[in-house]
Amino acid sequence: MSSVAAQQRRRAAAPAQAPASADTPGLSRKHREWLAAGLFLAPDVLGLLVFVAIPMVLSIALSFFQVSGFGSYQWIGLGNYQRMMHDPLFWDSMKITGEYVVILVPVLFCVSLGLGLLVKQKLPGVGVYRTALFLPYVISLVVVGVLWKFLLDDQTGAVNRAMRAAGFDGESWLGSPSLALGCVIAIMVWVMMGYYMIIFLAGLQEIPREFYEAAKLDGAGPWTTFRTITWPLLRPTSFFVLLMSTVAAISGGLDLIFVLTNGGPANGTSLAIFYIYQQAFGFGEFGYASAMGSFLVLIMVVISAVIFKLTSGGRFDDGE
Amino acid sequence: MASDALTTRAGRRRLRSSRTGLTVLAVVLSLISIFPVLWMVTSSFKTRATVTDGNLIPKDFTFDNFVYVFTEVPFARYLWNSFFVSAVITVVALFFHSMAAYALARLRFPGREKLFGAIFATLLVTAPVVLIPLFLVARELGLLNSYAGLIVPAIFNAFGIFLLRQFYLGLPKELEEAAIVDGCGHWRVYWNIVLPMSRPILSALAIFFFLANWNAFVWPLVATNDQSLTVVQLGIASFQNQYTSNWNYILAAATVAALPMLVLFFVFQRQIVESIKTSGLK
Repeated sequence: MSSVAAQQRRRAAAPAQAPASADTPGLSRKHREWLAAGLFLAPDVLGLLVFVAIPMVLSIALSFFQVSGFGSYQWIGLGNYQRMMHDPLFWDSMKITGEYVVILVPVLFCVSLGLGLLVKQKLPGVGVYRTALFLPYVISLVVVGVLWKFLLDDQTGAVNRAMRAAGFDGESWLGSPSLALGCVIAIMVWVMMGYYMIIFLAGLQEIPREFYEAAKLDGAGPWTTFRTITWPLLRPTSFFVLLMSTVAAISGGLDLIFVLTNGGPANGTSLAIFYIYQQAFGFGEFGYASAMGSFLVLIMVVISAVIFKLTSGGRFDDGE
Repeated sequence: MASDALTTRAGRRRLRSSRTGLTVLAVVLSLISIFPVLWMVTSSFKTRATVTDGNLIPKDFTFDNFVYVFTEVPFARYLWNSFFVSAVITVVALFFHSMAAYALARLRFPGREKLFGAIFATLLVTAPVVLIPLFLVARELGLLNSYAGLIVPAIFNAFGIFLLRQFYLGLPKELEEAAIVDGCGHWRVYWNIVLPMSRPILSALAIFFFLANWNAFVWPLVATNDQSLTVVQLGIASFQNQYTSNWNYILAAATVAALPMLVLFFVFQRQIVESIKTSGLK
């Protein structure tokens, strides 16, 4: 990135020294360029400030206040954080989030990588398979939730019908806390696998073909080829997928939970982000919810840093 | 040794059979992937009596569910709201982002790299996390329960700026430089040269933005409670609560909500896939 910028500056340096012939009087050419940059950037910079940066800062500030009803704020210091420490429902939701992330992220990673490897092959009709595997991603999580609620219905759902036809007893999929969480994870894998498959495919296609030809000449089998060429060269992509899917797993999925389980049964699918939402918009506890939200952001930052460290930020040159 | 194997007949046969195996695997996985969606679409043509009969193909094919959804529920209104909101967000966002990206990639001004770094950092702030303060900011600005409230906060997103900047860095500069020597101002260079050249990436991003905003649920849920502002995803969610076991109606509504995205996807598949690929290759 920095070399690109340096190149950019070097290239840009040439016309800057040329005297501006068509200048209107008043502003120098340099200052006109500054003015233009300011005007071009103003709408987005202002918008990002008001709707992203300020809310982020506000979120931390709010966590030190008790916000009651509409618009009365009272400073309570670390009160919200103390309450959080002693809120068993919050820690239950953190535990569920932990289980959810620890299962979802690796499964999604492996499935998407496997699919990426599969649709990279020159198979007849490979374009059709790519389309089919990506298709669930374009459907909203609300529709996905409605659809799976229909398919997973105890009595009439297609899944239990198929199981009973195969001689098993049907399960109450959304009726038991652990099964319901498993369903949410499986559905998220189904929705997201096509997206990450495409990202892996792009990464795989970046690997020069010569490496594979050389490996073939050396008599390397598919496993050896994967281990010595594909896996190490795919590192930037793997890092990207791991980071994106972890952050998305911790902070996303609210839509699906709303429609499919509403946090139940017995709070079994009440992820932290769902619990925070409930506290804020269900009970008006904006201050308390902000404290939990800030804590969740802190956890995300720590996990991102750990992933960054473990994968050396997806770089190759770590002497491995 | 393996290269020997490739030249022998047995080796070729093994290669062919492994390819057949992979093809079968790909077909099976593809079917698993689309089956739930297919099931939803075909079930929406069944009657109340047969919607849960467990057959893929409806025995008593009917359009009544769709008629019901459009006549008994203001579903057309929901669709229009979603279309209007998503289209405005997409057009305005592309306009603003391409302007900002052009300045970040091409114009020289002090603090440019720092500003880019700051914009990039906002990518780490995910929407659900700032939902509460965003709601309070929108309330202070009087944006709740209005189209502006649905539209304005959804426009600003560093992802689009980032992708466009990368694209502009890769464009040849000669045309722009010639125009500047001819006395064109920066606005004319942007409008007459840069924008037309960015058509491919703008169309890819347009589809992506439209899709993301059509599918958005959480922000509209928080920002509106007025019936006339209900977007289609909210409509489906509340419809589903009201008609708990009328699956024929619910699935027809869900199909109507999903159909525009499926059509968009089939038509612009290549652009969607390309924009995802670019985003992964940071």
